Amino acid sequence: MVRAILGRALSSLLVVAGSSLLVFVIMYLLPGDPVDSLIDPSSATPEQIASLRHQLGVDRPLYVQLADYFGKLLQGDFGKSLLNSEPVLPKIVEHFPATLALAAASALLSVVAGVLLAVLSAVHRNRWIDVVARIVGLLGISMPTFWSGILLLLIFSVHLGWLPAMGSDGWRTLVLPAATLGLIGAGFIVRMVRNSMLEVVNEHFIVTLRSKGLSERSVMYRHALRNALIPAVTMIGMLVGEMLAGAVVIETVFSRQGIGRIVADAILAKDLPVVQGVIVFSAIVYVLVNLLVDISYSYIDPRVRRAA
Amino acid sequence: MERLLEINDLSVDFHTRRGLLRALSEVSLTIRRGETVCLVGESGSGKTITSKAVMRLLDYENGRIAGGRIRLDGLDLTALSQNELRSLRGKKMAMVFQEPMAAFDPVYTIGYQLVETIRRHETRSKKEAWEHAVSLLARVGIPEPRIRMKQYPGELSGGMLQRAMIALALSCGPELLIADEPTTALDVTIQAQILQLLQELKEEFRMSILLITHDLGIAAEIADRVVVLYAGRVAEQAPAAELFARPHHPYTRGLLDSVAALDTEKGEKLRSIAGSIPSLSALPDGCLFHPRCPFASDKCRNEAPPLISRNGRAAACWHTDKLLTATNAEKGSARQEIELLSEKLILAEKNPSASPFESPEASPDLFQVSGLRKFYRLKGSLPGRARAHIRAVDDVSFAIRRGETFGLVGESGSGKSTLGRVLLQLEKATAGRIRFGDRELTGLRGAALREVRKDMQMIFQDPYGSLDPRWNVGDIIGEPLRVHERLTASEKKERVARLLESVGLDASYANRYPHEFSGGQRQRIGIARAIALSPKFVLADEAVSALDVSVQAQVVNLLQELQEKLGLTYLFIAHGLQVVRHLSDRIGVMYLGKLVEIAPSRELFLRPAHPYTKALIASIPSADIGAKRERIALQGEIPSPARPPSGCRFHTRCPLATARCKEEEPELRTIGSEHVAACHYPL
Repeated sequence: MVRAILGRALSSLLVVAGSSLLVFVIMYLLPGDPVDSLIDPSSATPEQIASLRHQLGVDRPLYVQLADYFGKLLQGDFGKSLLNSEPVLPKIVEHFPATLALAAASALLSVVAGVLLAVLSAVHRNRWIDVVARIVGLLGISMPTFWSGILLLLIFSVHLGWLPAMGSDGWRTLVLPAATLGLIGAGFIVRMVRNSMLEVVNEHFIVTLRSKGLSERSVMYRHALRNALIPAVTMIGMLVGEMLAGAVVIETVFSRQGIGRIVADAILAKDLPVVQGVIVFSAIVYVLVNLLVDISYSYIDPRVRRAA
Repeated sequence: MERLLEINDLSVDFHTRRGLLRALSEVSLTIRRGETVCLVGESGSGKTITSKAVMRLLDYENGRIAGGRIRLDGLDLTALSQNELRSLRGKKMAMVFQEPMAAFDPVYTIGYQLVETIRRHETRSKKEAWEHAVSLLARVGIPEPRIRMKQYPGELSGGMLQRAMIALALSCGPELLIADEPTTALDVTIQAQILQLLQELKEEFRMSILLITHDLGIAAEIADRVVVLYAGRVAEQAPAAELFARPHHPYTRGLLDSVAALDTEKGEKLRSIAGSIPSLSALPDGCLFHPRCPFASDKCRNEAPPLISRNGRAAACWHTDKLLTATNAEKGSARQEIELLSEKLILAEKNPSASPFESPEASPDLFQVSGLRKFYRLKGSLPGRARAHIRAVDDVSFAIRRGETFGLVGESGSGKSTLGRVLLQLEKATAGRIRFGDRELTGLRGAALREVRKDMQMIFQDPYGSLDPRWNVGDIIGEPLRVHERLTASEKKERVARLLESVGLDASYANRYPHEFSGGQRQRIGIARAIALSPKFVLADEAVSALDVSVQAQVVNLLQELQEKLGLTYLFIAHGLQVVRHLSDRIGVMYLGKLVEIAPSRELFLRPAHPYTKALIASIPSADIGAKRERIALQGEIPSPARPPSGCRFHTRCPLATARCKEEEPELRTIGSEHVAACHYPL
């Protein structure tokens, strides 16, 4: 078991290294010179441009830049912002808790609402609750967040005035963004777990359980659900990626603090080191979460545990 | 004896997309205390539905009891609510299922699932329930029960799981045990062990058993009474001895013939029931069996016969009397036939060179296999380290002659399917040589291998999984032609039509899709595909095991007919020994990757030399009720091929094993003419 986890951890490290490399290459291939965003190329002298390029280190050969980049990453140095020379990592760390709160709240919401709806709809198939679940599933995966977010904003804060429209102080500001983002996750989970439940309910062992005289509640919640969750758990790991990507839009729509907001601003300002830093940071978070999911997987499914 | 279960005029409907379907109509049967009643019939006859109606599990499957009463110990089960039923299920009546591998929840331990049941019905502490479960596991013959309690279902073998399932069913001391095909998914050796266990437990727990089976041999072995179902109605019911001696319904007679015929020697045409069981949505008028019945008259076509009781038994047939006189008349002529047959066999044995397939210039062997090995490296083991292999086939040498059928038998895990696949080069041998005709197969690659493939084809076990559901039958059968021969569309169509006709199907079926056919018909399609390129050799891996007995007989007849017409050579792999005996000229017996005995079919059954062969033969349940066999059912289960026992691999289960068997591996030695066995102490 420990060996299996170590193996997974090692491969996670490789994924982080690979994605850092990919980000570096993409940034390098982007059209335009990073210097352009700092000074107006039409008014600057060639000497000024050259000296700025030297300052930024982009005049060095590619492999030197790459080695420098990885060397600094290993020391936790994510580079400096082009705009104000602030170091990138402390800024990310400062704003990450807000994004974490948003991601955690929406993940919690999607798992609780998604699993609950899925089970109810599988147990009461073709009843009204099943219809509701299917609608949530459809809306969740098909509505873009910038649209559903604005819709929720209009209804609950503009018209009804129940919740604040923007800001990131206190739990009340978290409700609408988390609901918007959670709807996507809930949509995916409802569809997935519902299908998986409907499959499990047709397994032979369900007949055995009923023939033992167990109540429907035990059959459904203690046995069927646990089996149905096995494929869903992997998906919950992947949802974290969705949440991080969604945060970029949501934090902008609801004017929240967070790394999504940082990256959105940095993209508009062509502040490449910041963009690069946030992406690498997100990759690390994503890989860590999936590592945890893999470990928890083996606790839910004994077959995985024993095979390891 | 007091009546425990009484079913009166039970009718069951199913809601389907096409409306209501009547799956059972007016089924009546009773089970007395301590009695074993067997429910027999082909698949689709309503056996499982009857058992699920008793447990009222139908309610969960769109089923509805449309009429009739089910009384258990005086309690009307049809009138109870699901809540009331729950306290009876698992307590007063319990059930054992067909697929032990799928019947347990895979994510909880065996112990958890046993304790859960016990505590559902009895107020015991966790510790008491746990101890009770351990004692149950020990009682059903599971070694090291305390360890098993903590294991997950996936970690136990099928036989062990079925024992655990029985322990589960017994956990609250039920009065009625329903066993739905409890041994169908198991090897014959394990089947014999489980049947014996059920009988012992019946006495010990003073239960009644309702056993559902398609295998009349099992019914003959353990039933007090037998109820025969056909298309949702009772065709006949009678005390077992009487039913097997004198069936009163032509359907029962047909089933018995299909089974009994398999005991006969090769060459004879099997009696089978023509056609297949009707679909519930298209039931014929009158007697449901009339389209398949040799006695059918106009009356049968128009009027459904009632179930008429006489002398403690009942049958639903207008022509029982005709059937009985016909049976009596046949008995005399049958004896003559047998005498004639044995004479023929003696002649054939005296004159072995009379085989029509032997040509002077070619070697008589189509396949020559020497020192064949197939090992699979175990996952997680490092390359280069010894012993971390599954030795699926381990040093096997034998030959298959031109035009013969070579049968291969053994328990699952013995390596028979692997051997077949390696012969066809579907998997590469680890070591050893295979000669096919005058070519060495083991070195062939690419185009040369594809060329040889034309001569070697295969028929698969599962008629459902082996045909692409999105291709029509014409394309399925025509695919090998497309790959290997350049034919125009009309030539191909013509060939497919002829192939369909040669397997007894209508040429117009070419445009239909696999789902429109029954299992037996699909197997015929698979056979047509296998013979499309006029191969020399066909591997039939469990080709009839998935079919009902009546249909098995039809397919076996077809295979024999094609062999004669096309001069085919077969390797016939099966766990059903009777079928192998009927089809094969010679039989090889495999155990843990080794061929332990090879002999002509008749010789093998009359004088088995290896104790394993003898045990396999003894494990076959016989539908001949007069011949209650001595039970030397094999103890234990086949060991893992990753760590085969030292010396003779069979020594751990062999009643005759000595110290020598433990140390020295026996070589194949000649026992008689064409008869070899690998045993230090041949029988």
